[in-house]
Amino acid sequence: MARIELKEIAHSYLRNPQEESDYAIKRIHNVWDEGGAYALLGPSGCGKTTLLNIISGLLTPTRGRVLYNGTDVTMLPPEKRNIAQVFQFPVLYDTMTVFNNLAFPLRNRGIPEDEVKKRALEVAEILDLTPFLNQRAAGLAADAKQKISLGRGLVRSDVAAILFDEPLTVIDPHLKWHLRRKLKEIHEQLRLTLIYVTHDQVEALTFADQVAVMYEGEIVQIGTPQDLFENPEHKFVGYFIGSPGMNFLACTLDGNVARVDGTRIPLDKKTAALGRKARGKLEVGIRPIHLELSSKPIQSGVPAHVKAVEDQGSYKIVTLTMDDKILRAKLFEGKAVPVDKAWLVFPPQKTRLFADGRLVK
Amino acid sequence: MDKWGNNKAWFLVLPVIVIVAFSAIIPLMTVINYSVQEIWGPGQSMFVGTEWFKEVLGSYRLHDALWRQFLFSGLVLLIEMPLGILIALAMPKRGWGVSACLVTLALPLLIPWNTIGTIWIIFTRPDIGLFGKTIYTLTGVVFDHTARPLDAWITVMLMEVWHWTPLVALLAYAGLRAIPEAYYQAAKIDGASAWSTFFYIQLPKMRGVLTIAVLLRFMDSFLIYAEPFVLTGGGPGNSTTFLSIYLVKIALLQFDLGPGGAFSLIYFSIVLLFSYIFYQVLLRVGKGEKA
Repeated sequence: MARIELKEIAHSYLRNPQEESDYAIKRIHNVWDEGGAYALLGPSGCGKTTLLNIISGLLTPTRGRVLYNGTDVTMLPPEKRNIAQVFQFPVLYDTMTVFNNLAFPLRNRGIPEDEVKKRALEVAEILDLTPFLNQRAAGLAADAKQKISLGRGLVRSDVAAILFDEPLTVIDPHLKWHLRRKLKEIHEQLRLTLIYVTHDQVEALTFADQVAVMYEGEIVQIGTPQDLFENPEHKFVGYFIGSPGMNFLACTLDGNVARVDGTRIPLDKKTAALGRKARGKLEVGIRPIHLELSSKPIQSGVPAHVKAVEDQGSYKIVTLTMDDKILRAKLFEGKAVPVDKAWLVFPPQKTRLFADGRLVK
Repeated sequence: MDKWGNNKAWFLVLPVIVIVAFSAIIPLMTVINYSVQEIWGPGQSMFVGTEWFKEVLGSYRLHDALWRQFLFSGLVLLIEMPLGILIALAMPKRGWGVSACLVTLALPLLIPWNTIGTIWIIFTRPDIGLFGKTIYTLTGVVFDHTARPLDAWITVMLMEVWHWTPLVALLAYAGLRAIPEAYYQAAKIDGASAWSTFFYIQLPKMRGVLTIAVLLRFMDSFLIYAEPFVLTGGGPGNSTTFLSIYLVKIALLQFDLGPGGAFSLIYFSIVLLFSYIFYQVLLRVGKGEKA
């Protein structure tokens, strides 16, 4: 087990990177604590897999250092780092039995055969693979195969961390849930450092204690799932986490009030004060769940038109237009949905202000 | 399933039947016809039953040609398969080197087979050929494939390996390129040596293409004719007389149509038998390969 530190990491796939856009990873500087379950969440192409390969040693970063428990491993190849990685597609040694697959990493490291056997049987037990031990790995179902890939990481008692690169992509939906639970169980049982790359927010939020959201080669926020939802520090986090994403409206400040074209939205005093100091393009942001709707004119209500209502079962998503802007609100069961005309209330303590995509603070 | 009331669609198969009849069935029937008759000249023949088959099967010259043929095909597989895989492993994975290697490798495959025989006749001449001259200068031995059976065999084998190993290499290379990068990454993380990576990842993943390569190389080398015919004409003595060369000697040069017909049918059965065996093996490999 290890605490993994990334110091000023930047990586480019080009030989001579010139501009910032040449970098797949722009600047990443953070610490993954020992025994933590982390998710690395972001859209395709944001650099998640690149970062993972830098941690495992498959890639050497253009700049920066990687530290395991304070030791610099930047230049070490993966086999010297005691890391395990599970890939998007199950990677197996087809010609071997399940047992030999599990034993392979240990045998390569010259561990005595009785120890190999003990570890392999233990891990097979944890992963429910015992009945298949003597079968050829090639004939098994995708979820069992992926468990074997995971098992090859778990057998190594000295493993520093296990990295997952979208490991559930090829797994049937009903088995995904099962495997995710298995992963959580293993984490609770073995307290290994796990880093899990995914573009699926549900996977990330259910698996991890801490979620790092990546966007265009940077980690824009690390926090608990609740943190990310309630206090998005970056416009992308607000937009990416939650369904539907946060509403954003370009605005100007006028005292403690945000002006969106002709509409006045009152802000929290503290937020407004920070906003006055911030530079760059200002936007107000609010979660659809926090937007309050009324069918009659009310105090500090902003008039809008109801465009569409989607019934999602336990809640409804209401699409509204305010002048030419589109907003979404999430109403839970039992709340009245206005018809045609509606008045919106932006609760000041839930209304956030962003400057150039970042939360003012 | 219901039967169709109108079966006229079967007439659409007619052109194929006609073509196959002229290209395969009628010639084959002619051969069968020859194989059971003694023919002296046009219109003069006598039915002899299985006599030719007995004679040919009992002929020590056929036995010799058959063993020679198996030895040749066996050596071809033993040399070309590992060599082709080695070349494929050594080839660059990206950059301009890939095209350069592919084109260079493919060159021997593009040369007409008769020309290849001629090239090697000149190449191994001790007076002007690069190979023969080099051997002579270095060891003082006069390399002569027309006089010494060993030299003839060496030349035929070298020629065959030079001619056809590229095919194996190209197939193996295609197989190697199809292995996803993640397998190599996983092997690195698992601490696998280069040898284990080859044995547990590359070789199993190449199994499909390698089976095809074995099949193609076995059948082609078993039917080889043009190159050794041009190079040695089957000699010296009978030392490089392979089945097809022997067959042509009987059927066309001596014009023994009866024994020639019988021999053709036996040759054909051997080829068919091996095709069937390889086909079965190929099917089984396909089943094991489910990704």
